[in-house]
Amino acid sequence: MAENRHSALGLNDEQILEMYKTMLLARRIDERMWLLNRSGKIPFVISCQGQEAAQVGASFALNREQDYVLPYYRDVGVVLTFGMTAKDLMLSAFAKSEDPSSGGRQMPGHFGQKKNRIVTGSSPVTTQVPHAVGIALAGKMEGKDLVTFVTFGEGSSNQGDFHEGANFAGVHKLPVIFMCENNKYAISVPIEKQLSCERVSDRAIGYGMPGVTVDGNDPLEVYKAVKEAADRGRRGEGPTLIETVSYRLTPHSSDDDDRSYRAPDEVAEAKTKDPIITFGAYLKEAGIMDDKLEKEINDEVMNIVNEATEYAENAPYAPPEYAMKHVYAEQ
Amino acid sequence: MAVISYIDAVTMAIREEMERDSKVFVLGEDVGRKGGVFKATQGLYEQFGEQRVIDTPLAESAIAGVGIGAALYGMRPIAEMQFADFIMPAVNQIISEAARIRYRSNNDWNCPIVIRAPYGGGVHGALYHSQSVEAVFANQPGLKIVMPSTPYDVKGLLKAAIRDDDPVLFFEHKRAYRLIKGEVPNDDYVLPIGKADVKRKGEDITVITYGLCVHFALQAAEKLAADGISAHILDLRTVYPLDKEAIIEAAAKTGKVLLITEDNKEGSIMSEVSAIIAEHCLFELDAPIQRLAGPDIPAMPYAPTMEKFFMVNPEKVEQAMRELAEF
Repeated sequence: MAENRHSALGLNDEQILEMYKTMLLARRIDERMWLLNRSGKIPFVISCQGQEAAQVGASFALNREQDYVLPYYRDVGVVLTFGMTAKDLMLSAFAKSEDPSSGGRQMPGHFGQKKNRIVTGSSPVTTQVPHAVGIALAGKMEGKDLVTFVTFGEGSSNQGDFHEGANFAGVHKLPVIFMCENNKYAISVPIEKQLSCERVSDRAIGYGMPGVTVDGNDPLEVYKAVKEAADRGRRGEGPTLIETVSYRLTPHSSDDDDRSYRAPDEVAEAKTKDPIITFGAYLKEAGIMDDKLEKEINDEVMNIVNEATEYAENAPYAPPEYAMKHVYAEQ
Repeated sequence: MAVISYIDAVTMAIREEMERDSKVFVLGEDVGRKGGVFKATQGLYEQFGEQRVIDTPLAESAIAGVGIGAALYGMRPIAEMQFADFIMPAVNQIISEAARIRYRSNNDWNCPIVIRAPYGGGVHGALYHSQSVEAVFANQPGLKIVMPSTPYDVKGLLKAAIRDDDPVLFFEHKRAYRLIKGEVPNDDYVLPIGKADVKRKGEDITVITYGLCVHFALQAAEKLAADGISAHILDLRTVYPLDKEAIIEAAAKTGKVLLITEDNKEGSIMSEVSAIIAEHCLFELDAPIQRLAGPDIPAMPYAPTMEKFFMVNPEKVEQAMRELAEF
């Protein structure tokens, strides 16, 4: 039997099965969206595939009753962990009026749900970083114990808003966890054309905060790093920059063809480290999951995805004139 | 009622709102110990402390973006841009974020932030300390843009902006800060955002303007009155969204309309005001709509000769009003 790594982190068997199930749900929702896109039923999909371990591992390390998350467009695993449902995500994919993120106003991947403290996002990348700093500032002013968790890609770590936000959080010692999900590509541009430093986490020193790089395919390693960062934040010791290294297993989006800029061998190699497979293997080696349980979990997840798809496909669109609503507060 | 300056009305409004609501706070460059480069936040740091009067790093997108984050949480941030000219790095945060948060989240989230900035020329500020930037933001539904002309309006509108549940850009004319004084009550009052105000009633010509130019028009109106010409003066106060009803009423009243802005002429607020009048008042007009504005050059130069050439001033306003009256 493999070494039990999760108990040392304070995670019991039930919790890591829940992590696995959430990762798998994120994957299966994503795969379904590609099928729906290719069959002409939804206009667009942008994937989480390959990043589920980082997203779910990190989110499990947060306090889901009080912390705020500011996800970027791939963070299906984050929003599922924070209370969004498969049905919610499918409603967004179909642009239906019940979509909690935007009522069908935004493309999929623009998550937001106030009741679960999932903060609304936009398409220009990295604008959410200063917002995370502002929420942490507000929490500090109000004497709350909350931390904010904000994610972005390695390409986005070049944006001014990353720098400005990280610096502000460093100066004011705010409880912000900056997590860069380094998937090695910003659409077609590889990391060596994005950064001249070796790691995104190398940038942390410039903001007076610790920076760590962890294996983004290992949810337990990510959990550990985020837990430590959250504890630091709650102790008043300020922000942390965490870089999770994984690989984008799909093209950038349903409108991209990655064969023009990366070799199939490279993708095939990355798939051997697919976190759904490797974490599943860990659960089996640790004696927590057998083939029978694996099948049961997959069946349960597929039922959730099927029900969500059917519900969302049949749900109504917002009426056309609804486009006029909610520009300003209603008088 | 006390007579105070335009900038003291800014400070008074912020202080009263901070005393009233612990969620109101100030952030920006030099707003704390120094009290702002123009002294708009003077005394607030001493009264409320560094937690609520925050000197930020010199980075405008963070000033706006961190403020937006705090507003998303439920605070009432007042972010200061040191000069309106320096708001440009924050445009993505203001337009892509603040303006769209309520709409894009289908009313789930909202962003009650006020972004204050001194604008306007006539202070030897040259290209980057003199500009009017309102037109950059004036086609962005979700934003409100307030540009008051008097200390009374400053206090009432700034308090309204702070209490507003949506983002408000509050542009203060920097030359008006100490030049313009007026009566301001000590008690609490708010004025409605989105409503223009008739600053002088008249019968012969209508002037529609905002900010410092309101005072130029009022001065000129006195001179014209001596010659038997009666001018009606409408102060827009909110330049986005515009008070269409008040604009139409003011234009129709005299049938002769002069629109004045200190901004460059083409694509200015007055272009939209002109379009509103053209759409609604064709049969009431007795003269072509006139516009007096800055020339279409990037911004006003430093040399006094060229700065004066750029700026609208009382003489130019008086001349334009007389020409319109004689049409």
